Amino acid sequence: MKKNIILAGVGGQGILSIATVIDLAAVKSGLNIKQAEVHGMSQRGGAVQSHLRISDTAIHSDLIPLGQADIILSVEPMEALRHLPWLSDNGMIVSSIDPVKNIPNYPDMEKITEQIELNDCHLLINAAALAAEIGNPKTANMIMLGAASPWTNLEENLIEEGVRLLFETKSKEIADLNIEAFRKGRSLSKKSNVWKNKNL
Amino acid sequence: MKNNLLLGAEAIGAAALDAGISGVYAYPGTPSTEITEFIQRSPEAKKHTVRSSWSANEKTALEAALGMSFAGKRSLCCMKHVGLNVAADPFINAALTGVNGGLVIAVADDPSMHSSQNEQDSRVYGKFALLPVLEPASQQELYDTTVDAFHLSEELGLPVLLRLTTRLSHSRANIVRHRPFPQNVLRPETDPNRFVLIPSNARIQYQKLLDLQPTLKHRSEHSSLNKLIEGPGKKGVIAFGIAFNYVMEVREIHDLSIPVLKIGQYPLPEEMLKVFINNCESVLIAEEGYPFAEEYLRGLSGNPKLSGRLDGALPRSGELNATLIAEALGIAHEKTFDIPPVVTERPPELCKGCGHRDMFDAINAAMQNQPYHQVFSDIGCYTLGALPPYNSIHTCVDMGAAITMAKGAADAGMLPALAVIGDSTFTHSGITGLLDAVNDRNSITIIIADNDTTAMTGGQDSSATGRLHAICQGIGVEEQHIRTLVPLKKNIEENIAALKEELAYNGVSIVIFHRECIETAARKRRSNRQKKQQ
Repeated sequence: MKKNIILAGVGGQGILSIATVIDLAAVKSGLNIKQAEVHGMSQRGGAVQSHLRISDTAIHSDLIPLGQADIILSVEPMEALRHLPWLSDNGMIVSSIDPVKNIPNYPDMEKITEQIELNDCHLLINAAALAAEIGNPKTANMIMLGAASPWTNLEENLIEEGVRLLFETKSKEIADLNIEAFRKGRSLSKKSNVWKNKNL
Repeated sequence: MKNNLLLGAEAIGAAALDAGISGVYAYPGTPSTEITEFIQRSPEAKKHTVRSSWSANEKTALEAALGMSFAGKRSLCCMKHVGLNVAADPFINAALTGVNGGLVIAVADDPSMHSSQNEQDSRVYGKFALLPVLEPASQQELYDTTVDAFHLSEELGLPVLLRLTTRLSHSRANIVRHRPFPQNVLRPETDPNRFVLIPSNARIQYQKLLDLQPTLKHRSEHSSLNKLIEGPGKKGVIAFGIAFNYVMEVREIHDLSIPVLKIGQYPLPEEMLKVFINNCESVLIAEEGYPFAEEYLRGLSGNPKLSGRLDGALPRSGELNATLIAEALGIAHEKTFDIPPVVTERPPELCKGCGHRDMFDAINAAMQNQPYHQVFSDIGCYTLGALPPYNSIHTCVDMGAAITMAKGAADAGMLPALAVIGDSTFTHSGITGLLDAVNDRNSITIIIADNDTTAMTGGQDSSATGRLHAICQGIGVEEQHIRTLVPLKKNIEENIAALKEELAYNGVSIVIFHRECIETAARKRRSNRQKKQQ
């Protein structure tokens, strides 16, 4: 079992929280992990990514080689495309459709979704709207984690435990909201045609 | 199971605690900051009163670490690669004095310049100082090596340089920690001469250092960090530090059986290298940073067997990765998806609501009709003022250079000469430059962008919060020309007028633009709220 996941987004969107939850679940599953992060200047509203590798055998490189990612999980649609060179031939894209328009020349959204849809296997999630239903926009990242989670091959209860561990340090209410968000994302994926066709 | 999923940087912090340090000394700098932060947060550091607050700069940090070593205790000093330039004086000389308690200097290099102004290779400094350099490849190896480095330092009586690069520092993996060592007892140095580097003693100490060199080489030849991964092939790779991981990745993905010589301890183990090169028909040299070993191994006469960064098999600059190694080994690059042209750049920017934004608006307005509009600046979040939409600043060279470059330009007749420097950068290396300007009665205006923190590296304490006015006064800036302004939209007109007045003043003026970093303020609010709930 070996999974290479690229997490993508914009500085401040919480991709490191997603990484932490997957890490916690992978540790509980007795797997090896390597997870490269971006710290420093780029965190200030720039494009950020994390290379996350989990495996039951030794992991050598901290970075995923080009063309070797099983999943691109992006909390911002244009950022999903930025990492396409890492995606393997049969890899999948799970992306939010909510743009972060902190640049003056943000491209036309239709052109972005068009490009994502060119990939055989993709799942676009209306994370902001779903987070609004939950009542906390900050849960969007856990919705995205939930949506990608079926393809991580990690057990659902272990990921949930990770969400609880991470957010319980804030408060029980926040932890509950984030678990709700995770479940919402996950059930959406499980019902999708992508899951039916690509149950890896 | 205890969760020890640590960044490489944090693994060093954990190892230093387990090696029984009594103090860590550092100035924040990406990618080294998390070493010290790990120790600052650690309950066992509090329990054992390990000294850990931030130093004013890397030079003061290393000197204090050497002082702790003089007293017989173990100390860790951490910095980013360019920090070693600042600390170069104590670094080179500590090789001559040697150490009493173990002293490890962890330096994080930043190839590809993710958050730095250059990609200098600290191994060159190690060779320059004639000190042992350790360069582990994985997080666990970083942990184990850091603990060993303290023992090595005490056995040899020398400081040890621990080199790592960005990816290892900022990548997480699971770490197994070992049983901690107790701290050393206070046992100050008793030799009356070795720390007194007057020429007569320095010659003796230098000779001792030279005499130790064969021992250092011998250690490298037998180091567990230097090892051979056997393979039947005739095409071999010598992989240094983290490059080993990329080589092993390629070896696994492409099912190669090539021999690999892993190197993680310097000075170079020459015998090992000679045997390996002799047994191969061709050898790729893979190292992060400069072609440091490659130049040495090629020598003046060259060796046609060798390839690496110098002949273009690998790029001359930048980080390595598995894809580059595969290409250098002649493995055809498989077609991967391209980035579609619709994707546009998303550079970093100042946070929404940041006080620096209002400061740059005022600077741009005040400089608009001046004979020269160029502004000297420095290293911090405010360096982002060089980019659109502000384009306000025109230099960023090294810590503190804003003030001294403005001074030199003023000496040349370029007026107004305006410097913009952050509060933490000012205390790091700006104060001495201000003294030069005051002594020369220069006509310069210095803006201190004071946000009460070291913001760019994540909001560490700034060493003179609340005392900037008094410091400038003490150095001799006239009281009426030390002004404090609040960078807020509503104050823009007032701030422009004040700045124009100081630009017109024929003398040294200080304008402190003071407003707390919004990130730090938000963090404080959150933590206060949590405290109230508990």
